[in-house]
Amino acid sequence: MAQAAMNPAPATGAAVELHDIQGLVRFAYKHHTEAVFLLLRVRDAGAARAWLAEVAVTNAATQDPTPSTALQVGLTSEGLRALGVADDVIDAFSPEFVDGMAGDTSRSRRLGDQGPSDPSRWQWGGTNRVPHVAVLLYALPGLLNALQQTVEAQFQAGFEITHRLGTSDMGGLEPFGFVDGISQPELDWQRQRLARDATQTAYLSLSCLGEFLLGYPNEYGLYTTRPLLDPARDTLGILPRAEDAPESCDLGRNGTYLVMRQLSQDVYTFWQALDRYAAGAASTRERLASAMVGRRLSGEPLVEAGSSPAAPSAGASKSALNEFNYLSDPEGIRCPLGAHIRRSNPRNADLPPGGAGVVSRLARALGFNSQAREQDLAASTRFHRLLRRGREYGVALTPAQALTGQPIPGDRGLQFVCLGANIQRQFEFVQSAWLMNAKFNGLRDEADPLLGNRLPTAAAMRTDSFSMPQADGPGQRLTGLPQFVTVLGGAYFFLPGIRALRFLSGAHS
Amino acid sequence: MTPQSQFTVVAPVLPGREGALRKLLASMTSQPGMADPKNALLPFGEFGHVHFARLVLLDDPTLGDIEAYGLPRPQRPVYLAFVGDCDGPAHECLAELARRAGPGLRAIFEHCADFDGALLPWMLAHDQPTAASYVNWVGRTVVQIREESALQQTLAARANRAPVDSPAVAQQRRRELIAHVRSEQAAGRLSLTPPQPTPLLWRLAQIANALLVLLIGVIALPFFIVLLPFLIIRLRRLETTDPEICPPPDPAALLELQQIEDYDVTNQYTALGSVKPGWFRRGLLTLVLVAIQFTCRNVFTRGYLARVQTIHFARWVFLDGKARVLFTSNYDGGHQAYMDDFINKVAWGLNLVFSNGLGWPRTDWLITRGARRELQFKFYQRRHQLPTQVWYKAYPGLTLIDLTRNARIREGLEQPRMSDSEALAWLKLL
Repeated sequence: MAQAAMNPAPATGAAVELHDIQGLVRFAYKHHTEAVFLLLRVRDAGAARAWLAEVAVTNAATQDPTPSTALQVGLTSEGLRALGVADDVIDAFSPEFVDGMAGDTSRSRRLGDQGPSDPSRWQWGGTNRVPHVAVLLYALPGLLNALQQTVEAQFQAGFEITHRLGTSDMGGLEPFGFVDGISQPELDWQRQRLARDATQTAYLSLSCLGEFLLGYPNEYGLYTTRPLLDPARDTLGILPRAEDAPESCDLGRNGTYLVMRQLSQDVYTFWQALDRYAAGAASTRERLASAMVGRRLSGEPLVEAGSSPAAPSAGASKSALNEFNYLSDPEGIRCPLGAHIRRSNPRNADLPPGGAGVVSRLARALGFNSQAREQDLAASTRFHRLLRRGREYGVALTPAQALTGQPIPGDRGLQFVCLGANIQRQFEFVQSAWLMNAKFNGLRDEADPLLGNRLPTAAAMRTDSFSMPQADGPGQRLTGLPQFVTVLGGAYFFLPGIRALRFLSGAHS
Repeated sequence: MTPQSQFTVVAPVLPGREGALRKLLASMTSQPGMADPKNALLPFGEFGHVHFARLVLLDDPTLGDIEAYGLPRPQRPVYLAFVGDCDGPAHECLAELARRAGPGLRAIFEHCADFDGALLPWMLAHDQPTAASYVNWVGRTVVQIREESALQQTLAARANRAPVDSPAVAQQRRRELIAHVRSEQAAGRLSLTPPQPTPLLWRLAQIANALLVLLIGVIALPFFIVLLPFLIIRLRRLETTDPEICPPPDPAALLELQQIEDYDVTNQYTALGSVKPGWFRRGLLTLVLVAIQFTCRNVFTRGYLARVQTIHFARWVFLDGKARVLFTSNYDGGHQAYMDDFINKVAWGLNLVFSNGLGWPRTDWLITRGARRELQFKFYQRRHQLPTQVWYKAYPGLTLIDLTRNARIREGLEQPRMSDSEALAWLKLL
């Protein structure tokens, strides 16, 4: 029923203007192991605009050789205001972007930003400390310092730097010691996938471009709302027209939203707590840690890859580590239902699994198949993907060092970055409905084992447990998990297309 | 089995008293919008038959939308709605509320235009008929939910979580747990009240109702078939010309809605809108609601409404002579997830009903598009949602998945004999 697609299929296959898209949408800049994220506030709007109008932003076109450095620019809604962008233009962005990540207490409650992670305690991004602009610098080894000096000198008349968020290269591991960044949505750059509303009966990592870029059809075959302007306002005549409304200029086209959160990871507490649960047994400790993550330290998933026959080893390619789903493990015996990677990406389809026949499909669509209902508790994954572009920061600590309590100064964690065309349906949904939800997928009283804030709900229901279903008895349970991750800052940015950035720098809109 | 029922007491608020009423309602909450179960006016927690209740001011900011049809904006007073879901007949529940919380209810309803002081008769007279209602699990009482939750906690704390080596061990562990429950019951720390017999009158009314609906359906079918081409032409014409009114909601109004959400694992939803003008939409909506009522009574009575498994109770109530419809629900999870369910699981069902509402995102053939148009739908439903001033849930912290699992635990406990595999499956529920 839901599959009937009456939307007129928009023209697909039109070439994507890679030169107008910031490179981060297409590349993670993996070889650029040095990076710093500069958070700026406008000092002088005129000078700030002048810099933004000229700055060389790295685009998404493939270059040979790879450029040695890359620079990306994002703006918050406060930043747009400070630059003099008209209110009606700002208000046409999504409400979450306009409000900001720390905009109100109800958002913080949904995102789990409470207690020690409350925005009032943040180092940046909390009320009155929202950055205006983020400048993301990436460089091949040894080249960051020079780049940073040059760029900072260029914009200093227009901006003051409030924070320099450093990053460090932990060799593909996140601070707890797990291989990270394995699962990513794949973007349909060729626009081959039909942009229409049809039920998908299999999990795919290919996403319609409109999930991660404004101005293109998304997984519903629809265009996400964004500022569409009267061409008369585009005095420079640079903005592209909207595909879905050719009479208007599309300020969103080739842009997206960028979510940034500084997540401090308490590696000592993580490994020491697991050691206590394991009563000092190394193999148990690692098994528990893997159960919480859903992967071994090597990145190998606990549910084996279905399509690739060879078991992936530590040296296996990331795609081999990513070709699996949970259909063979509905109860969570191998990978707990509450494991971090199972929550953040349930890898399910639009319909719960079952036969391909019309009758079987109809029965599942109407809820008459009880087995299917049990596997229908998490929302369909393809509408809730995150394109992750985060970087680690701080001095790395091995699990062994963490266990011995060897003091290595400084804070460490993740400068979490993700991109998406709909902050509410992507980042906020994954964070609130999947990660922080103590009842995710039918669980009883546990938020994400890594990210949970451990605070009881208003009804005094605990959220600090972790359960591991067993094939041969009641599930194993860890209770009283300490907090491992604290949010130190965060903000929502618009990562404009490059022509849109030039337009905004005019700020005569 | 004790079937649930609902009441929807609606009355206009006295002009000039709305501000005072809002203040009074706010005094009943412990968190914004969340009823304090022990509040002095209406201590909901003392009423062991009430599942959910809410007090909400029906002040419709979208009344002017009808101007899109060239019709004048109707004048409607602000209403106060007192909405509840309870075990047993609604009139008995209202009578108990009137008896034990009379002064508080009077203090509230004194703000209404025609309140005459005769509390119970007044409430009964203002109880609006329900056009259609949904109950997640017919016959599951508050008492049962609370007792089974306590049972689950006792068993979960007691369960030996070491792997079961042999089938005999599973049976042995189950026997030990049953013995433990029996001793807790004997000590008065646990109780498992047996279900009441199903009222005969209710059962007869169910059967009579189902037969009547089927009979009318069979009689009407030939006429319907003859008229179908005309109806389809009419529908398609309206679907292509009905105005779509889905602007983004006002940011301040949206914030007001969000500020009362997500304190518990369950949330409330109250929405109000006008029916599209004309006989066709009014007739179609009436028919669809009859069909929904029929399916909710006879098909979807055991834990799911089509693919949606997160709705505790929901209802549609006509107001102002079918000019407007009030929809209320109590659902598990956050608002975003609720809307996601609506769009991705039951958009067709939503379109059937709500496409007869003024301004709904355009549908095709009554069931496609509409709610599948994600952002138009999300804007539409938020714009029609009203903040619920006071909302009460009798079992905070518990979702429907919890309730169903707890009920299975109790059933397994009371089952006289189990196979080895059943015993193991039962242990795994803990």
